[in-house]
Amino acid sequence: MKQIFQRPKYLKKTPFHYCPGCGHSIIHRLIAEVLEELDIGDIAVGVPPAGCAVLAYDYLDVDMGEAAHGRSPAVATGIKRTLPDRIVFSYQGDGDIAAIGTAETIHSANRGENITVIFVNNGCYGMTGGQMAPTTILEQETTTTPGGRSAAHHGHPIDLSEMIAITHGSVYIERTSVHSVKHILGTKKALKKAFNCQMEGRGFSMVEILSPCPTNWKLSPIDSFRRIEKEITKAYPLKVIKDLTIGEK
Amino acid sequence: MTDKVLMRGTHVIAETAIRAGCRFYAGYPITPQNELAEYMSGAMLKTDEGTFIQAESEIAAVNMVIGASMAGARAMTSSSSPGISLKQEGISFLAAQELPAVIVNAMRGGPGLGNIAPTQGDYFQATRGGGHGDYRTIVLAPAKGQELADLTIKAFDYADHYRSPVIILIDGMMGQMMEPVLLPEPLQLSDLPFKDWILDGARRRPSRIIRSLILDPALEEEHNWKLYRKYENISRELQIAETYQTDDARLVVVAYGTAARIAKGAIKRVREIGLKVGLLRPLTLWPFPVKAMEEASRFVKEFLVYEMSTGQMVEDIRLALKHRSEVHFHGRPGGIVSTPDEIAKIITSLYYRRGLEEEPG
Repeated sequence: MKQIFQRPKYLKKTPFHYCPGCGHSIIHRLIAEVLEELDIGDIAVGVPPAGCAVLAYDYLDVDMGEAAHGRSPAVATGIKRTLPDRIVFSYQGDGDIAAIGTAETIHSANRGENITVIFVNNGCYGMTGGQMAPTTILEQETTTTPGGRSAAHHGHPIDLSEMIAITHGSVYIERTSVHSVKHILGTKKALKKAFNCQMEGRGFSMVEILSPCPTNWKLSPIDSFRRIEKEITKAYPLKVIKDLTIGEK
Repeated sequence: MTDKVLMRGTHVIAETAIRAGCRFYAGYPITPQNELAEYMSGAMLKTDEGTFIQAESEIAAVNMVIGASMAGARAMTSSSSPGISLKQEGISFLAAQELPAVIVNAMRGGPGLGNIAPTQGDYFQATRGGGHGDYRTIVLAPAKGQELADLTIKAFDYADHYRSPVIILIDGMMGQMMEPVLLPEPLQLSDLPFKDWILDGARRRPSRIIRSLILDPALEEEHNWKLYRKYENISRELQIAETYQTDDARLVVVAYGTAARIAKGAIKRVREIGLKVGLLRPLTLWPFPVKAMEEASRFVKEFLVYEMSTGQMVEDIRLALKHRSEVHFHGRPGGIVSTPDEIAKIITSLYYRRGLEEEPG
C-alpha cells in the first residue's frame, strides 16, 4: 500500500500545544516538509522568537537558537556569517518583527543577509493576551484598543513586507495565508522558494503568512478563517511583493 | 617569534583578539573606542572567513555576537558606557544561554550621555550582572598596554572555558594611549578548544537547542543553581590581583585600571619621603580578589581606595575586609583624571592623620 501522509522527518513527535485553530502548527509542519523536500534539514539552524512560537524548538527537529524579542534577524546574521554553508531561518511574529525588532529586520534585509525570515502575521500579541500589534488592522478590537484601532489614536497598521521590499538587499518577499487548503499549499510553495533563494546565495528572503488567532480574536477557528478571507486579506493583499528571480529561466 | 610594536590600546585589543582566534566582530560607533571597530574592519578582512559588521545598533551588535557564538565562533563586541547599557539585554542572554563572548567597555563619563572622558563609573554595572536576572559576568581590568594583550587572550580562554560572557573594562585613556607591546603568536583555529554544543546543523547527531526560556519554575531554579555553582567555581579559580610594595606597608592603596597607574606614581613619590605605602591592584573585578584583600589585611590596618567614581569598588573592599581594617576613599568622578601628585597629597595627609609614621608598639 502506498503511504501518502506521514509525519515529516524534521517534526518531533510532540503534540502541538497551540490553541485550537492557531496557524503556528500548520506553518511549523510546512517548514518541516520544505526542509525535508529540499534536503536541508540537517544543515538548518532556526531562530525562534519571543512569543507563542518561542516553543517552535519543541516541534522542529533541527538546531534552534532562541533570540530575545525582536533580535532574531541579528542572531541569524551572526550564525549565517559564521557558517555560510548552513541554512539559517528566523521565525517571527508581527510584534517581534514589525515593532520591537523593526531595526534588526530592515537592516538585515538591507545588508542582503542570506537568510530566510518567516513572518507570522496574526494581528495581535498572542502570548501576552491579545494586545494591539503593529499589524492590527483599523477598527480591530484588542485588549489595548477598546472600541477598535483608530488611526488617530493608535496609528496605522504597518505594511512591513512592503517596507522590506524596498531595501536593496531583499530578493524575494511574498505574502501568503493559511486560512484554506489552497492557501496552505501556496504558503508551502512560497517557503520553498524562499529557502531556494538562500540555497542559491541570493540574499534576504521573507514570507509573510497571515495566520489566525481564534483565541484572541474571540472567534471560532472557522470564523477566524472567514475573517482572514473577508477582512485581513483586504488590508494585507496576498501577493508576491518582490521577486528578483523573475525574468530568469 | 612575537612582535614588539608600539600600539594604541584599542588596537592592541583588536589585534590580540584576532590572534586569539576571534573571527566575528560586530559593533556600533561610540567614542572613545571607535578605533577598535575601525581596526577590526580592516584586520578581519585579512583573516580566513572572519566577519566584521558595523551593526545598526548596539543591541543588534551584541545579538549578532550571540548568533556567532551559537555557531561556534570566538566573537566580540566593544562599546562605551551608554552603548554597554544597550547591550545588557544581550549580555543577560549570553549568561543565561551559557554562550562565550568578549565585550569591551571603554568607560566614559556618565550617567546619561555624560562625556567622553575616562571614568570608572560602570563598575557596579559590570560586576553586578548589568542586565536582568541572577547572573555574574567575568570582568577583567587591565592597566597597561601589555596587559591589554595578555588579558584579551585570557578573556577568550575564560569565555570558552566557563561558557560565559567576559567583560574587558577599560577607559578612553587606556584605549588611546600608545605603549610598546609584545603581541602573542597567532593561534590556529584548529588549536582552539572543541565545542560540543554549537548549532551547526544536526548532521549525524540529535538536534540541539540553545534557549533561556525555562517556564517551569523548578527547572529555572535548577538552571539558576547551575549557574551559581559555575560562578562559585569562577570565584575560587579566577581571582587575580597584583601587589606593589606591600611587604612593609602601613597603608595600602587599592585601585584598578588607569586609577591604579596613577596611584602607583603617587606611591613612588611618597616612598621617596619615607612613607610605607603599597598598592593592591585587582585585575579581576568579578570575581573580586577577596583572598588578596584578606591576605593584605592581616598586616595592614589602613586602606585607601581610589576610584574614578564616587565609590563603587570600595563596597566590595568593605565586604572583603569585614571591618577588620579602616577603609578610606578618594574618588574623582565625571571624567577627572587625578595626577599622581594629587593622590600623593591625599596619601600623605591620610598617613599622618592616622599616625602611621609612628612605629607600632
